[in-house]
Amino acid sequence: MDRKIRVLVAKPGLDGHDRGAKVIARALRDAGMEVVYTGLRQTPEQIVQAAVQEDADVIALSILSGAHNHLFPRVMELLAQKGVNDVLVIGGGVIPEDDIPFLKKAGIAEIFGPGTPTKATIDFIRANLKR
Amino acid sequence: MSDVPETVRRIRSGDPRTLARTISRIDDGDPSVAQVLRALHTHTGRAHVIGVTGPPGSGKSTLVDKFVGEFRRRGLSVGVLAVDPSSPFTGGAILGDRIRMQSHALDEGVYIRSLATRGHLGGLSGAVMEAVRVLDAAGFDRILIETVGVGQSEVDIVRLADTVVLVSVPGLGDDIQVLKAGIMEIGDVFVVNKSDRDGADRVVREIRSMLETALVNGVTPRALSGAGVADRGGHHIASAARESANAHGYGDAHGLPPVLKTTAETGEGVMPVVDAVEAHRAALEESGLLRERRLRNAAYELRDALGKRLLARLDSPDALARLDALARDVVERRRDVYDAVDALHEALSLEEKHPRR
Repeated sequence: MDRKIRVLVAKPGLDGHDRGAKVIARALRDAGMEVVYTGLRQTPEQIVQAAVQEDADVIALSILSGAHNHLFPRVMELLAQKGVNDVLVIGGGVIPEDDIPFLKKAGIAEIFGPGTPTKATIDFIRANLKR
Repeated sequence: MSDVPETVRRIRSGDPRTLARTISRIDDGDPSVAQVLRALHTHTGRAHVIGVTGPPGSGKSTLVDKFVGEFRRRGLSVGVLAVDPSSPFTGGAILGDRIRMQSHALDEGVYIRSLATRGHLGGLSGAVMEAVRVLDAAGFDRILIETVGVGQSEVDIVRLADTVVLVSVPGLGDDIQVLKAGIMEIGDVFVVNKSDRDGADRVVREIRSMLETALVNGVTPRALSGAGVADRGGHHIASAARESANAHGYGDAHGLPPVLKTTAETGEGVMPVVDAVEAHRAALEESGLLRERRLRNAAYELRDALGKRLLARLDSPDALARLDALARDVVERRRDVYDAVDALHEALSLEEKHPRR
């Protein structure tokens, strides 16, 4: 049995720039993972529903708009409402250091800022899968 | 999840998490899922299965998105399986079809699942057939399968779909392309997408002329024959099907498949395509052709499953050692290929008669 790691890469909120999300999607693909990319301007509701339908092991959120303190915890809240507790959620994009403790407290497992080597993200996912 | 009756109950109630997890288990080759699939079998066969195929970038995902919207307006629930290629080198995949379909993410009458080919050729993934059954048992009225972007010969979709929508676009080549064997033979509904571009009418004419030529040559259009490919048999069924087709407004007076222009981006022309798909479904059902198609597809699937089971026997350490030894014999010219296959076949047959345990 060959259990593939499935990652949903999603861009919550209204910024229209997904270069970073595409770079990470490509890196995860090259690491042998199956990456479902949902495109720009997704609501937390759409992201969580897609993650459920796609049976994602990981949700990777990318955001540049500054609305992370609202949107990331909302994703966690919706997952909890659906009783989904075995999905690893990570974040990336432009996120100030000071906001990270709050996001981690909300349940985001790790935040990867600009310049993070993609290998760090890949290793983190492999080491922290919840199932 | 190991509780089979509970899993079956949740699948039949359409619980998206259970659907998703079950499809993953199929995809990952989890042997325990067979019990679930067995229990589901009697609850399947109700959904109409529609394949959407065509070259990369022809607009399949956008069309599927619009088809979903149209089916929903008609009060029908829809399951979507969208297949994209896996890397033959890393096994990874980017599954991007969903980008065009996210407007349906919150509609509970729609379930969308992306699948990677995982080494399977032919335009589909090995898990698609069983994933269709899961969605069928969950009660979806229509199941749309979007194949990978295909070239000329990836026609596996005909083994699975009741109705095949073949998507073309202007600018792919001259009229010889539509004459070639393979992909152009499998359409039940032909769509020329991006029809706001130059050359769309020419593509429509070329496809029509290809279909008419087949008719002149006395070949039953596959769309109205039970065969996996166009054949010269089954004329009485074909004529019954032609009558039903006419009655339901599918195709032209000869039962030739419709060739329709769309601009998926704006949704233009989508409604007539869905009408044609529904008319084809009605004609298939009424004439008994649906059953014919499904009989042939089931026979094909059984052969395929048996083949897989036989090949799996080569996975035992003994068999692999035997295989390696025979490969050496072939390369070093001690045996020819036919002789080596005979020896391998004999070894496997013996093992079957006298299993080690």
